[in-house]
Amino acid sequence: MTARIPKFPGTELGSKEFYEGKVTQVRSRPDAQYDFSAGEAISRFLEELQKGKLIARTCTGCARILFPPRMFCEECYRPTDEWRYIRDTGTIETYSISYIDQDAKRITEPILVGVVSLDGASPKMGMMHYFREMTKDEIRIGLRVKAVWKPPEERKGSVLDIRYFRPLKEGEA
Amino acid sequence: MRKVGVIGAGMTLFRRRLQDTPKELCYEASKMALDSAGLTLADVNMVVSGSAPDAFDGVHMKGEYYADGCGAYGRPYMRVFTGGGTGVFSTIAGWWHVASGLADVVLVVNEEKMSPCQPHAQSVFGHIWDPILDRPLKPNLVWIFAMEMNRYMTVHHVKKEDIALVAVKNKRNAVGHPCAQLADPNITVEDVLNSEIMAWPVNRLDISPPSDGASAVVLASEDVIRKRKVQDKAWVSGVGWCIDSTMWTDRDLVFPEYVARAAKMAYKQARIDTPRRQIDFAEPYDPFDYKELHHMEGLLLAKKGEAPILTKEGVTQRDGDLPTCPSGGLLGVGNPIAATMGIKIGELFWQLTGQAGKRQIPHEVRTGVAQAWGDLMQYGAVVVMRA
Repeated sequence: MTARIPKFPGTELGSKEFYEGKVTQVRSRPDAQYDFSAGEAISRFLEELQKGKLIARTCTGCARILFPPRMFCEECYRPTDEWRYIRDTGTIETYSISYIDQDAKRITEPILVGVVSLDGASPKMGMMHYFREMTKDEIRIGLRVKAVWKPPEERKGSVLDIRYFRPLKEGEA
Repeated sequence: MRKVGVIGAGMTLFRRRLQDTPKELCYEASKMALDSAGLTLADVNMVVSGSAPDAFDGVHMKGEYYADGCGAYGRPYMRVFTGGGTGVFSTIAGWWHVASGLADVVLVVNEEKMSPCQPHAQSVFGHIWDPILDRPLKPNLVWIFAMEMNRYMTVHHVKKEDIALVAVKNKRNAVGHPCAQLADPNITVEDVLNSEIMAWPVNRLDISPPSDGASAVVLASEDVIRKRKVQDKAWVSGVGWCIDSTMWTDRDLVFPEYVARAAKMAYKQARIDTPRRQIDFAEPYDPFDYKELHHMEGLLLAKKGEAPILTKEGVTQRDGDLPTCPSGGLLGVGNPIAATMGIKIGELFWQLTGQAGKRQIPHEVRTGVAQAWGDLMQYGAVVVMRA
């Protein structure tokens, strides 16, 4: 390959040529809008969030408490059995300290984000969320945390009804 | 099942922005692969293509759009898609066309153009997340890799500087690759550690940025290879693939079980029971430096937590006992997602046929493994090839 082929195809463009329109190009912006139905399990999950509660589904087949809840168990491949409230406390399984936003734009105040496994669900069952009331030096895997909820009148039935997770205080259940 | 061999490969430059259209890129890579196999399009029975999300190129159903460039016009054709896993999976799809006896010669073409998407390909990655559970948090795809890397580092007590060694090795290996976007002969661990922090623990030089490019390979049946007395061939001796749940917040990210299952499937077919001894070199998927380590462990080439130690000891260098990403990998050559077939399957072919030029592993290699990884950190595709 390297030895036998003198030149490899492809014409490189610099960002200047590209953005200053020195290359023949066309521009388009798709206008696509979606309304997603939340389905049976997640609709209930969102309704409970609005009440300030976290809910899971149990599966008697594998004896797991599944969170986020689902109407079928992907392991046993059978319907799940019952609704079960779990707690709004948990453990940081992993996290990142992000200096980029959704579009990869740079931000100065970092976002602390990660996965919390929740007390009352089966091990490792959790959700992604933000962490605050802790510095980037204080956050660590294994840290015990608790949800900070929006006031009831501001909740909309969304994962954002939890504003973030904060460190669990000493003596707090 | 019939025996199948790779008899030709081709690829374009990998660059942040290429002027060429998707069709043109597919044509160039395919023509090179056919020329190197000594075939023309008339010899090709069927065409398989692989490409990652349509949203990058910005053409919905892009597999149909660029099909002419793949030489697919008037032939049985299909596109396969398994996210980043497509880089190796499309070869598996091509393999079953030939192994089953349906086709004697199959052209596999992979393409990716990430540059049309503005302001950055990250904006469309936002749409791969669960729309209800994850998207309200405005996630960036780098986040989940940062979370996986952190989990891996913390559980196995791996230092960032030991992970940075992978980026250094691959960017240096890529110096010998004529298509490389990110080769750097002088890069050091300090350069990686001091590069801008994107989402800790991921710094800019831990990542392979967006890229444009295409690649192609030609697969043929044993009959065709024997009849035509093809000299440059590498046999596909094992294939495996596996998917995990999309509910990534419900599993421990420390070990890629789906890669291990795909590897075991491929090794069984290739009659490999001690991979570390029977495999001479590896091309694991390395869009991030920790992923090479994570995937070496998933491929059972290292014990859990052992890959950083092997790297530190020089085992994975080109002249080491287990050369890993001798192509320069995604970190060194570039990451046009599905088109990375050129540095995974293509590199196995070039190394096993002694055509890798400056990148040629200095000792004899008989068996190599290539692997790709994709979807929401849940997909593994593995191919074992032999000289």
